[in-house]
Amino acid sequence: MTDPLALDPVLPARERSQLPFNDAALDHDERYRHFEEHVTGGGKVEATDWMPDEYRTQVLRFVEMHANSELMGVLPEREWIMRAPTLRRKLALTAKVQDEVGHAQLLYRVAEDLGKPREAMIQDLLAGKTKFHNVFHYPTKSWADIGIIAWLVDAAAIVAQQALRDSSYAPYARTMRKICWEESVHIMHGRDVVVTMVTGTPAQRASIQEALDRWWGPLMQMHGPRSDRSKDRDIHWKIKAKTSEELRQEFLGIYVPRIWELGLTLPDPNLGLDPATGEWRYTEPDWNELRRVVTNHGPKSEERLQFRRDNWAATQWVRDAILAAPRAAA
Amino acid sequence: MGEAAGAVEAEPVDEAAGVLEPWEVFRQEKDGDPMRHGGSVMAPDATLAVHYAREMYGRRQESVHLWVVRRADIHDLADPDLLQPPLDRSFKKPGGYVMREKLAAAREASGQQKPRANKGDR
Repeated sequence: MTDPLALDPVLPARERSQLPFNDAALDHDERYRHFEEHVTGGGKVEATDWMPDEYRTQVLRFVEMHANSELMGVLPEREWIMRAPTLRRKLALTAKVQDEVGHAQLLYRVAEDLGKPREAMIQDLLAGKTKFHNVFHYPTKSWADIGIIAWLVDAAAIVAQQALRDSSYAPYARTMRKICWEESVHIMHGRDVVVTMVTGTPAQRASIQEALDRWWGPLMQMHGPRSDRSKDRDIHWKIKAKTSEELRQEFLGIYVPRIWELGLTLPDPNLGLDPATGEWRYTEPDWNELRRVVTNHGPKSEERLQFRRDNWAATQWVRDAILAAPRAAA
Repeated sequence: MGEAAGAVEAEPVDEAAGVLEPWEVFRQEKDGDPMRHGGSVMAPDATLAVHYAREMYGRRQESVHLWVVRRADIHDLADPDLLQPPLDRSFKKPGGYVMREKLAAAREASGQQKPRANKGDR
């Protein structure tokens, strides 16, 4: 009788536990090499897979920054819940704030499985050791800001997030698919606020234009300065797929025409599509402002962090109650 | 209260108080769909885990049914020796039966034409 094990394999050896980097018998360099080959070849990584520390910390830093931004990002909008012009707008804004906090929860879950406890992530955020997105360091001065944020800040974010749905880190990619679906509602809500005001009184229209002028700088900075694709470790590990400039071009390509369609103007005389290259030309964004703002020297950085610190202290009893309560008999 | 000895409730399993742990959430999008993995939540017990799952995976009416399972209670099987043994299992799959040439030979032997639009033949 033929020994079954002597037969050649017929089925492709793609079972996860057969991935060579999961083989504990290999030395580190060999596992690293197999892992790099897997990821750069388009393979996905699960939380239970072996991964080099460089990859794990790189994904962790990326997801943690994203989670922080979702958590801090609700504060500018939260300020307008009580001042929303109608009940429907108030419900929509409240739901959006709840969604964004929910996104933070989902993303902190992804990060937790990479080894950093949630408590440590919150403490680092409150101590200013980790960052959140530049756009959440600015004040909201009028209801028009709420429309501009929900439409354009969320649009700039979704351009980046859609490119993350295929991230090499599979738990992050799956979470992004859920988040993108929810963000698309926010964009519609924001665009509806903007279109409503643009077609309203001259004062409402002026208010939208004023908010747009104020937010354009931070929006252009949001994806970050151009970077060298070959030196970007997030791209090397396929944590993300697109460079800052690719994301900015995509954002401009979709949204500038939609802004102009409403008869609004953008405060950049150099902004325009270069027909020769198909690329958008624009005045170089103020990268010094970006660096200042994301290192917590923005106009509202300290106030918003202090709000979170106070909130963290005020809700300590909830965490205590959850953790300390003896289990009631069922 | 029932009098029969069997009616005495078993002591509830002593779940460690004060320890957050991951619970996996499965959701059914609409009636008749399979339960699919949605994600996970951290909770110290099943009551809070279900509550969080409802907030995270059901607040937009995007689910009709949720399963919440303690991650530690999931039995994992990923042993390739058991799941992907290096053996030819093609006889268990429809694609394992390729008879085009034999059918052609049979038709030729019997002088028959190939029937039209018979999707059952391979």
